[in-house]
Amino acid sequence: MPDPVTGILLTPIIAAAILVALPGYRLGAALNMLASFAALVFALTLLWDRPPTTQYLLVDDLNIVFVLLNCFVGFTTSSFSASYIGHEIQIGKLSLTNIRFYHAMYQIMLFGMNLALLANNIGLMWVAVELATLTTVMMVGLYRTAEALEAAWKYFILGSVGIALALFGTILVYLAARPVVGEGIDAMIWTNLFHAAPDFDSSLLNIAFVFLLLGYGTKVGLAPLHAWLPDAHAEGPTPISAVLSGLLLNVALYALLRFKVLLAANPNAIAPGPLMIGMGLLSLIFAAFMLYRRRDIKRMFAYSSIEHMGIIVFAFGMAGPLGNFAGLLQMTMHSLTKSGIFFCVGHIAQVKGSQKIADMGGLTASHPVLGWGLVAGMAAIAGLPPFGVFSSEFLVVSSTFVREPVLALLLVFGLLVAFGALLLRVTSVAFGPVIGPVGRVHASYIPMFAHFSLVLMAGIWLPPPLVTWFQHVAALLG
Amino acid sequence: MTFMSPHGLAFDIAHMLAGLLVLVSFMMLYQLRLLALLHVLGLHAFVLALSVAWQAHIQDAPHLYITAGMALAFKAILIPWALRRMVFQMGLHREIETVGGIGITMLAGIALVALSLQVMLPVTANADPVAREDIALALSVVLIGLLIMVTRQNAISQVVGFMSLENGINLAATGARGMPLVVEITVAFSILIAFIVVGVFLFRIRERFDTIDISELDRVRGGQM
Repeated sequence: MPDPVTGILLTPIIAAAILVALPGYRLGAALNMLASFAALVFALTLLWDRPPTTQYLLVDDLNIVFVLLNCFVGFTTSSFSASYIGHEIQIGKLSLTNIRFYHAMYQIMLFGMNLALLANNIGLMWVAVELATLTTVMMVGLYRTAEALEAAWKYFILGSVGIALALFGTILVYLAARPVVGEGIDAMIWTNLFHAAPDFDSSLLNIAFVFLLLGYGTKVGLAPLHAWLPDAHAEGPTPISAVLSGLLLNVALYALLRFKVLLAANPNAIAPGPLMIGMGLLSLIFAAFMLYRRRDIKRMFAYSSIEHMGIIVFAFGMAGPLGNFAGLLQMTMHSLTKSGIFFCVGHIAQVKGSQKIADMGGLTASHPVLGWGLVAGMAAIAGLPPFGVFSSEFLVVSSTFVREPVLALLLVFGLLVAFGALLLRVTSVAFGPVIGPVGRVHASYIPMFAHFSLVLMAGIWLPPPLVTWFQHVAALLG
Repeated sequence: MTFMSPHGLAFDIAHMLAGLLVLVSFMMLYQLRLLALLHVLGLHAFVLALSVAWQAHIQDAPHLYITAGMALAFKAILIPWALRRMVFQMGLHREIETVGGIGITMLAGIALVALSLQVMLPVTANADPVAREDIALALSVVLIGLLIMVTRQNAISQVVGFMSLENGINLAATGARGMPLVVEITVAFSILIAFIVVGVFLFRIRERFDTIDISELDRVRGGQM
């Protein structure tokens, strides 16, 4: 058996090579699931079999959390995707060639994201994020409609600019590191940078962080750099919306966190906190208001993702053991809940033949499982107890109240505004008179309920080993 | 009396080439026709190739010649040629772009150069002198590239803006002595650009979509806000 890191990275590459040649969507979907499952198994073995750090790859307590989440949601989404794609083929929205391409891209995307998470080299990390961006751009444009192409183009241009700025920041970090660490590959290895960070030229590091925050922040979807995000979520296939929200935003956030740790280790550098707090709050409040006027359900949940990324970046900006812990928990809960919601919304949109909120109503009466699933998901994402998002948001708010009461008030304000919008929508979509087609749905409910029950479980009882793990990671993040 | 700088001719030539790149960026700002803009883009990449080749020479880093060669073949010749064909196919070669006041744009460009010098020179005081001014000039090129992307309406001009931005980043990456993975990163970037160009070509993207024309906006968004 190969070591876990090789397994995680090699499985999707091999799978993509086979998938691109495989005829028939059933076989492709099955292999896609199998490969994602294999990657998940490899990721699980990381827990006890941790390969040594190399010049290019690194496994530490921080990225294990991200890799596990990535592989888990990657697997559940692949199983949702199997039933979703089957329906799209039936109604002729996608051709078999499209599907081959789609499955191969899906695996390459997982490879790119895992490589970005496992990279110990900031240059390699950048290349991996770019790869993941490229593959998602192509999948967003999969339907080839004017709207889908607009979304893909917008995502492409904004994403490329973001990624270019991130590279400029990476070069500046190298320039700051070179006099201390020495020329060449050593000055790009994160573990070296981390140990030498206290001696870096702090002003250079400051400027670098501004570029990295703008660059990777574009990919996190922070306001005012979020313009690509709602379009990309709304116009692409729903499985891609699920991985965009659930995973890709996290990967960009992870890159940002790595650099934040460098800055925090340097005593003379600016504190990265206030910048992150500012952008986080702005994203939260802006997205909360934007939630009200959405007419497209996927677009609405895309804004909800901006809102939650705002909360998460805010929490990491507050830092400290409690802030980081809350941020990690919030991130995990958001990934699980939001991708679960997209699984549900994907099937609803297929039944109704539309993504418009006005075209759906009374779902709990016409499709009880999907309807109540959506109610559960919306309750969870709005931060109602007993779901896990409630505990993490409660932690963010309470830890902020102790230190910065004014910020906590703004935070609560944003949360309440968003809560109102979601409440308004859930009543019209899930309850009230039945609107639109009521045909049967060929859905697999397992991924959705797997996600929601995990979120519910986390809200009721967090396993102590997980808590200690997160506490440990929170301490690492400074 | 000597005209040599304290760092010798090698540094002066490096700075001259980097400065030339900024100058060519300014030339882009006042091009009214798309074809003229594409010619300047070719020139931009050519200057970049010279600059990278010079860095390869003075840093004694032969792998940078690969980057220089790619800049020359791919960005100075192939891409401008492909874009030129597209401009003819889409019938855009007679059109004059509305660039919203060349004077204002040029002033904004000057302000951006001043800004990047003001920001970068103090913070790189301890870095080595070649990298120091290269980085400052590279940032100017990056910011002017952004300015081009913001002020132009046409999708092809946006690609041109992005490519000039990317040239600026290449300048920074090659100016940072001994930076690893430069070649790999420039290859990755070239793939990105190739995808953008193919995307424009395949989908006939003529305009960038957020026009100020409200009717257009309604059609594309389909009231799906």
